[in-house]
Amino acid sequence: MLKLRDVSLERGERKLFAGLATEIGPGRLHLATGGNGTGKTSLLKLMAGLLEPDAGQVLWEDEDLAASDGSWRREVLLLSHKGGFKLDLTPIENLQLAQALAGGEPWLAADAACARLGLADHNDRPCRDLSAGQRRRLGLARLLLNRARLWLLDEPFANLDAAGRSLLLELLEEHLTGGGGAVVTSHVDIDWPVPAAARIELEPAS
Amino acid sequence: MMLEGCGSLLRHELRLGWRRPHEVITPAGFALVVVTMFSFARGSGSDGLAELGPGVVWTAALLSMVIAVENMYSADHEDGTLELLLLSPAALPLLVLAKTAARWLWGAGPLLLAAPVLGWMLGLPTAALPLLIASLLLGTPTLYLLGAFGAALLVGQRQGAALVALLVLPLGIPVLIFASSMLELHAAGMDIVAPAYYLGALLVLALTFLPLATATALASNAAD
Repeated sequence: MLKLRDVSLERGERKLFAGLATEIGPGRLHLATGGNGTGKTSLLKLMAGLLEPDAGQVLWEDEDLAASDGSWRREVLLLSHKGGFKLDLTPIENLQLAQALAGGEPWLAADAACARLGLADHNDRPCRDLSAGQRRRLGLARLLLNRARLWLLDEPFANLDAAGRSLLLELLEEHLTGGGGAVVTSHVDIDWPVPAAARIELEPAS
Repeated sequence: MMLEGCGSLLRHELRLGWRRPHEVITPAGFALVVVTMFSFARGSGSDGLAELGPGVVWTAALLSMVIAVENMYSADHEDGTLELLLLSPAALPLLVLAKTAARWLWGAGPLLLAAPVLGWMLGLPTAALPLLIASLLLGTPTLYLLGAFGAALLVGQRQGAALVALLVLPLGIPVLIFASSMLELHAAGMDIVAPAYYLGALLVLALTFLPLATATALASNAAD
């Protein structure tokens, strides 16, 4: 689905990575590892089309993102560490906006996605009342709103309890067996139960 | 599909204003304070105040706009909502337009309601009030479109809020000039059509070009 062709990225004066080439295919999980500041988040933003590479190309279905009409946006879902939620609104209200903005084929309704993530009791309270872990789960609920083919998850296991982790693994497995692709960043090694995981290792910037 | 995202965003923003009444009151409250200070500073003899009146109301409207728009995109940048907007397949200029419309409704709406009070405090003749409100209706959307552009240019900058004011206030001057000249010409018993046309033309120009410029600024600034 997504191909990186000799991609280089600089932030300010710093070169994050150069000549990176990889291909994200269906049913395959890619784990982007590297220490703090090696550019894991930037790599995901690059794949989502938020950042443009300084050199090389990012291709979605063999079409350069820079030249595309934006149809990849319906199929790619980026979940960053910022949830994209207004604390004064309820989880449902926030998810409804996320669903409308994400486009693509709708999957679960906002309240069903909340229930799947174990947030049903908090439906009509403002997000301000949620704990850090619950906000994280609310972020994950976005995965269930629209059928996106490629998931880009930035440190998705941060702040999650054991039940949350296994729930996320379950969602990931469902997604992958359904023919989706995923890129997950992590600064720690995860004991990965999915055998098909491929690695993208990012070196500390020189 | 494109319009669906915009409608949802508009509803979302309006609901957000409803949940945060203090933010909704602030711009109009600020305009009220400016006008009050002006009338105190002018003293008890109210001669000449009526002549300055339109200019004062309009300056207050301009200042209150800056307060309403300064955190328009920086808050979204911090909480990640901006990423949702940038990644959406919906056209970004239309999303910008929806967001600006919500800001205008919450920011300029209360000001329009308070306009008769402001006019009365400044000793404007009652006959001039409908025209004052009409000039605000025609001019403030342009100001908010400009303000949104300024806020988008400075997204992610630490010194954001103060710079938005410095950047946007001068851009609002043409609106200020035509709007207050509308009221002055009316007070002098002359035809107001010319400045009204100019205000309308500025609004059409702003509606056409500023959402595009704002979207471009957001896309290039907000990715970090």
